[in-house]
Amino acid sequence: MTSTYDISGINNAWCPGCGNHLILSILKSALDELQISPENLLMVSGIGQAAKLPQYMKVSYFNGLHGRALPAAVAVKVSNVGLTVIAESGEGDMYGEGGNHFLATVRRNPDITNIVHNNMIYGLTKGQASPTSSIGIKTNIQVDGVFEQPFNPLAVAIAMNASFVARAFSGDAEQTKEILKQAIQHKGYSLVDILHPCVSFNKFNTFQWFKDNTYYIENHDVSDRNAAFILATKEDKLGLGIYYKNERPVFEEQLEATKTNKTPLYKRSADRQAKLDELMKSYV
Amino acid sequence: MRKFKDDISVVLCGEAGAGIQTVENSVSRIFKTAGFNVFTSKEYMSRVRGGSNSTQLRISSTPKNCYCDRIDIFIPFDKEAYKHLYSRITDDTVILADKEIIGETDKPFIDIPLSESAIGDVIYTNMIASGIILGLFKVDFSRLEKSIKGNFGKKGADIVDKNIAAGKRGYQIAAGILKEINIEVAPGKNVGNKILISGADACGMGALAGGCDFIASYPMTPGTNFFAFLAKNQTEFGVVVEQAEDEIAAINMSVGASYAGARSVVSTSGGGFDLMCEGVSLAAMTETPVVIHLAQRPGPATGLPTRTEQSDLDTALYSGHGEFQRAVFAPGNPLDCFDMTQKAFYIADKYQIPVFILSDQYLTDSIFCCPSFDKPEIPVKHIAESSPPYMRYKITPDGVSPRGVPGYGSGFVCAGSDEHDEDGRITEDENMRKAMHEKRMKKLDGILNETVKPELIGNFNYDNLIICWGSTVEMLKEVLEILNDEKTSLLYFKQVYPLHPKTNEYLKKAEKVIFVENNFNGQFEKFVFQNTGIKALGHIRKYDGLPFSADKVAQQLKTILEVK
Repeated sequence: MTSTYDISGINNAWCPGCGNHLILSILKSALDELQISPENLLMVSGIGQAAKLPQYMKVSYFNGLHGRALPAAVAVKVSNVGLTVIAESGEGDMYGEGGNHFLATVRRNPDITNIVHNNMIYGLTKGQASPTSSIGIKTNIQVDGVFEQPFNPLAVAIAMNASFVARAFSGDAEQTKEILKQAIQHKGYSLVDILHPCVSFNKFNTFQWFKDNTYYIENHDVSDRNAAFILATKEDKLGLGIYYKNERPVFEEQLEATKTNKTPLYKRSADRQAKLDELMKSYV
Repeated sequence: MRKFKDDISVVLCGEAGAGIQTVENSVSRIFKTAGFNVFTSKEYMSRVRGGSNSTQLRISSTPKNCYCDRIDIFIPFDKEAYKHLYSRITDDTVILADKEIIGETDKPFIDIPLSESAIGDVIYTNMIASGIILGLFKVDFSRLEKSIKGNFGKKGADIVDKNIAAGKRGYQIAAGILKEINIEVAPGKNVGNKILISGADACGMGALAGGCDFIASYPMTPGTNFFAFLAKNQTEFGVVVEQAEDEIAAINMSVGASYAGARSVVSTSGGGFDLMCEGVSLAAMTETPVVIHLAQRPGPATGLPTRTEQSDLDTALYSGHGEFQRAVFAPGNPLDCFDMTQKAFYIADKYQIPVFILSDQYLTDSIFCCPSFDKPEIPVKHIAESSPPYMRYKITPDGVSPRGVPGYGSGFVCAGSDEHDEDGRITEDENMRKAMHEKRMKKLDGILNETVKPELIGNFNYDNLIICWGSTVEMLKEVLEILNDEKTSLLYFKQVYPLHPKTNEYLKKAEKVIFVENNFNGQFEKFVFQNTGIKALGHIRKYDGLPFSADKVAQQLKTILEVK
């Protein structure tokens, strides 16, 4: 299937069979179906295999530093509120290195979508534990197995009253596409944690493991924060779907400079002479 | 009778929260409107209440825009204050203190009522002190009255009346003191047209004039005042202001905003800047303009949070991994704060690089009486509308690629922190790496062409050349006055990197070169030596957290130069 986001002549650095390929194609179809033009989309990513995704799309992107996609994405959004902004990267980038930014971005609630490729392992550094790695997994660093409590991004986001919280699985193209479409359309910060296998380094959480250990949540009221939190803290199986939604005011509509003026910063007049003259008077 | 003429240093000292800052702000403005040149500087402790903080008001007929150790009139609000500044009290210092508060001392003082039992309510101590200070200079009482009405009008007539009464009381006390001492200061020239502004606000004005419309920062003394200035003016000037969760977020936000077309800045101090270093490197690699307002304080680590030092030149010069171009400005007075900050935004934008403004606690917090700023030019936006096949990192002869921003035109703006090709895609091709690295480094030619020349103060035919950068300049101008030696001149660098190509020439002309820096290592002296091979005859350095005082520096210079 072709997409307006297709680009040719790219040397893709992902392993054959990696879940990232699926996430890329699902994201492109979601964007096509939402009829978001590539010129109006801005992708921000960090570092790692997942963070290379924007490089494989016909789109503007800011491929910044490890863990720092969210601060850059928030800033891009307020600098040009007309752009659709997606911040995407892996779980090590978003929840580990960028953990503080994750918390702060949930609090700010900018109208951006945060896609986290969660394969529960570090791929690009060749197989160390990630913040979401299961207890007991052995790696070349965690030689006796992981013993730290895995990070629960959904529970944390819901606890902080994030405005949209969902989990998806890269193996389910249709469902994941629908979740992504809703997340992108949602006004406010939207977290979509996408589970996906790492075929090279995660021998435990395989495609089959995800199939066996996930289910789609049903009969759940997405406005019920307590119910969402209980679902998010269930540890036997991982629920897929939308957990929680609210309509909190968004960041850019509360900032003085952007609450009413929607003109991108770069288009605003640089002539401040009269205002500076006025300000100077207060120092005389 | 003790006489004081033309240049008077008044120092108030009391615990944090005692309101000394309020006296400083209102009294300095009244002096200025009354036609006196006035300069204020403060030293304060890293605490919210208690301790000893002091403010110096320097009232003079000709401009004296710097701190001096000398205290002519000393008003300690408590016993601790007296002890705190004891080393600066001389036989010439007139001490005005309440005997009940200060108790027995080994130095004589004039007993004035400041204690609760003497004045009824300590909240009026500040107003009495203000009245005393203004009364000593025979400033018309109506000026204080007007200021009180302006400041307290909203709080009701009763509060206004009580403050006016306290102010009057101060004037009466001053009249009594004037029987024992004599103060004569002629009003200055053109003071009415001057402005009274801090280094922080002057840099802030420069940022606004330079087109700044985005700041993300994390509060850190002494970098916060600049941040607060932009916050205060955000509505009027349309500046996006965000307090980031940490300095790492702050600079990544500012770089992100700039990628989207904003003119962005961060403000911080040493420890916060350490966290920002990755962002400096990011700005360089993604060729995204960013301005870093780095207000220095003594380190390492937390150091002396509220004190001053010029010890982050090295970090401004060398921070961020990898090799890349940058520019570093070091203004030393409000006029240059305004001009250099504007220029910082211009250079950052034009060359798509990180640019530093090196300030410090002393410069940031001090309030100067100076000519009002020239009307700034309207900043040029170095942004291009793009169309496919747009190449964000197109290799050009001067190393600067046309800067597109996302959403402006139909081209795609692809920026990456990995080494990339012209299109912004990751590459590991060695030839492309080499070409890209050379393109980025090539920018130095353009930056050098626009480097601000150091300012020569004094005679062009000098034998002795004092060299300074940043906040020491006004103090050294006073040193020149004290030395009164036509063979000694001052070379002031307001841009320290890249070093102006004429630096060598200036230094070679001198028989004796002396560097004055507020640090231990002589960071600028070493940097200049590296670049010119010229060795200084000597240097004067200070690293106790306090600014230099001209009289002491003049003495030290005489020793070094053997000037009679």
